[in-house]
Amino acid sequence: MCLSKVKTMEELFCLSENLKGLLDIKKGKANIAGTMEISVCGGTGCHASQSAKLKDELVRFAKQYGVEEKVKISITGCFGFCEKGPIVKISPDHTFYTKVHPEDAERIIKEHIVEGKIVEDLLYVNPLNHERILSQDQIPFYKKQHRVALRNCGLINPENIQEYIANRGFLALAKVLKDYRPDQVIDEVKKSGLRGRGGGGFNTGLKWEFASKYQSEKKYVICNADEGDPGAFMDRSILEGDPFSVIEAMIIAGYAIGADEGNVYIRAEYPLAIERLTIAIKQARQMGFLGENILGTNFCFDIFIKYGAGAFVCGEETALISSIEGNRGEPVVKPPFPAEAGLYQKPTIVNNVETLANIPVIILDGAEEFAKIGTEKSKGTKVFALAGKINNVGLVEVPMGITLREIIYDIGGGIKDDHEFKAAQTGGPSGGCITKDHLDIPIDFDNLSSIGSMMGSGGLIIMDDRNCMVDIAKFYLEFTVEESCGKCTPCRIGNKRLLEILTKITEGKATMDDLNRLEELSNIIKDTSLCGLGQSAPNPVLSTLHYFYDEYLAHIQKKYCPAHVCKALAKYQIDEKICIGCGKCAKNCPVNVIEKTDKPAKNPKLFVYKIQQENCIKCGTCAKNCPMKAIVLL
Amino acid sequence: MENDKKKFDELDEYIKTIHATEHELIAVLHRAQHILSYLPREVQEFIADRLQIPVSKVYGVVTFYSFFTMEKKGKYVINVCLGTACFVRGADKIMKAFEDRLGIKNGETTPDGKFTLSSLRCVGACGLAPVVQVNGKTYGNATIETVEQILKEYEGE
Ligand SMILES: Cc1cc2nc3c(=O)[nH]c(=O)nc-3n(C[C@H](O)[C@H](O)[C@H](O)COP(=O)(O)O)c2cc1C
Ligand code: FES
Repeated sequence: MCLSKVKTMEELFCLSENLKGLLDIKKGKANIAGTMEISVCGGTGCHASQSAKLKDELVRFAKQYGVEEKVKISITGCFGFCEKGPIVKISPDHTFYTKVHPEDAERIIKEHIVEGKIVEDLLYVNPLNHERILSQDQIPFYKKQHRVALRNCGLINPENIQEYIANRGFLALAKVLKDYRPDQVIDEVKKSGLRGRGGGGFNTGLKWEFASKYQSEKKYVICNADEGDPGAFMDRSILEGDPFSVIEAMIIAGYAIGADEGNVYIRAEYPLAIERLTIAIKQARQMGFLGENILGTNFCFDIFIKYGAGAFVCGEETALISSIEGNRGEPVVKPPFPAEAGLYQKPTIVNNVETLANIPVIILDGAEEFAKIGTEKSKGTKVFALAGKINNVGLVEVPMGITLREIIYDIGGGIKDDHEFKAAQTGGPSGGCITKDHLDIPIDFDNLSSIGSMMGSGGLIIMDDRNCMVDIAKFYLEFTVEESCGKCTPCRIGNKRLLEILTKITEGKATMDDLNRLEELSNIIKDTSLCGLGQSAPNPVLSTLHYFYDEYLAHIQKKYCPAHVCKALAKYQIDEKICIGCGKCAKNCPVNVIEKTDKPAKNPKLFVYKIQQENCIKCGTCAKNCPMKAIVLL
Repeated sequence: MENDKKKFDELDEYIKTIHATEHELIAVLHRAQHILSYLPREVQEFIADRLQIPVSKVYGVVTFYSFFTMEKKGKYVINVCLGTACFVRGADKIMKAFEDRLGIKNGETTPDGKFTLSSLRCVGACGLAPVVQVNGKTYGNATIETVEQILKEYEGE
């Protein structure tokens, strides 16, 4: 791509006008020539399911059928509907094909592009009425979504800055440089009510204001793309699908606080996002949006990428800063806050990817427009990574104030295999659970805190009756114990003790004393840890204790795991009424703990078998081999 | 490590081109691990020397971050995702199956140097949970059968 420098604002406005038509077809406007566009999802999920190969095949067949002039084929960012990936969307008619494989490429070209016929069996089937749905906007998964931060994901080609410019790209930057003083930018962001999407929910404009007040010849803007919550993939999708928005927002933030350098701290586990961001920064530099004298003004700003190396605590802002400086990512006590003494002791703002992605829209449409979305104290939308036992795993952006019921049942398509909803975990290892009783409360920062959960960064893990809540709490504790940096004692040792107690409970070896200690210790760790990691690590324990106390009791008093998850408590038992005495279980038992009894089986010549529980290793081989399915897990 | 001279030269070249100071230590380690596949003592000493910092500082950073490894890995690195989305969809069973089949524990390498078994916390492909990666190639919706399939695919090679 040959990109020439945009030297002035007028040049940008001109270019913006000229490029406007670039997305017409993708936005649904047909042209006279009947040109069509095929967008293939290139997000991590679809990429893993061979979407790159699919694209190549589409290009190959387009040539073979002589329609390469008629159809433009490109990669886009994540459509969000990862469960049904790889996704292919055809424009201008917006036909939405799901689960498309490289082998389907020929049919799409031949039938849809050449013959104008829909490829019926690739359409999404509505699980409620089994009807096939033609276009994206009619799919229930999309109906209740409101896309602000994800506005370009699935629309633009993330490796083409022109498509970003075609969708109002960099106009917010121009507006700011042309019409606003730095303090006016800050006022606008403050007025919008935008709160940090990285977990803390701190008012973004206010944070910028603090940093702007400190005098210094050097200041920094940091974008936090560490996304440490395992099971969350919002920030990754934004960087993969629309890296330019984040870049534009960082430049605006730099202008607002008086910084000339930005760093994106991104985790090394996201190679695709790193690649797209690298390309985007390069293109932005070529066009002069980064560098010296941006758009002909005196303002200079550039962005550099810094890599994480697999440490959850580095998502915490002070640890992140020490990691960028090339050190162990250990947090330090606040204050001073980064706004005063951050990277290399200079005033610094740290903002999350999704927070930043909202900025251009706030500037362009105005703070009032943005503040119309959401609840009184939580404005705008939130992107959730919906995962776990839910039918439509994927990325959803919803207005604040929506209920969990709407997210799970209307957007998420309900629980997998028609099981029963049990709880949802937000906030990952720092958060807590939301139960059936809270399905109808409006989701926003304050409501979630009030029920002992938190907004977190947006991971939303759905659990059903097949998940054991003690086991889940233990899972999170294992995570935090592994990730604790070890600097402070309550977190390093305390959490380890918590994990030991939880392990005892899942093994049926705990007493009621242990249960009391669990709660007491949790509260001590919360109160005395150095950083947010330790302070929030006991949350999953406290929250499950509060809402699923009975489940803890069952493990301790009855030595029973109601969800049949905890292996040490599982018991295989042979139903004497069904057993035919064939002995297959005993023959296959790897530890020989199944013995013949003297009770006659159905066939009176044979005898029923019995499992000696003490030495059983609970491997389940017997149950698998029983022809009568007489062996059940209790 | 002596016959790795070329690789050390490559690393040296990188350090020079980015004018690395101690603040670029993590970037340098990333590159070093990319070139040499792991970070044994000699490599850490080499980097400490070039960046003019104590070896203890390099060692401190290497051991802090789970991405860096001081041990040689197998030809094929099997990473089972143990992120939450994968966990609630049974990733622990997949891990167990690999452990049983390969006769090694999470974090270990088979004696023939062919497979290293390790875990990750979310690769961002949660829609395909549970997820397994082998040398960067992703296998989604993994089941016990997938474990067999994956091992067959690489055992032959
Ligand atoms: C243990 C821990 C992990 C964190 N991980 C992240 C993360 O992965 N991404 C993120 O944006 N913020 C994370 N945060 C929050 C950051 O410290 C910081 O508040 C945030 O990046 C500020 O940006 P925001 O105001 O735009 O949300 C984490 C905090 C703690 C205590
Ligand atoms: S939790 Fe495994 S890919 Fe996200």
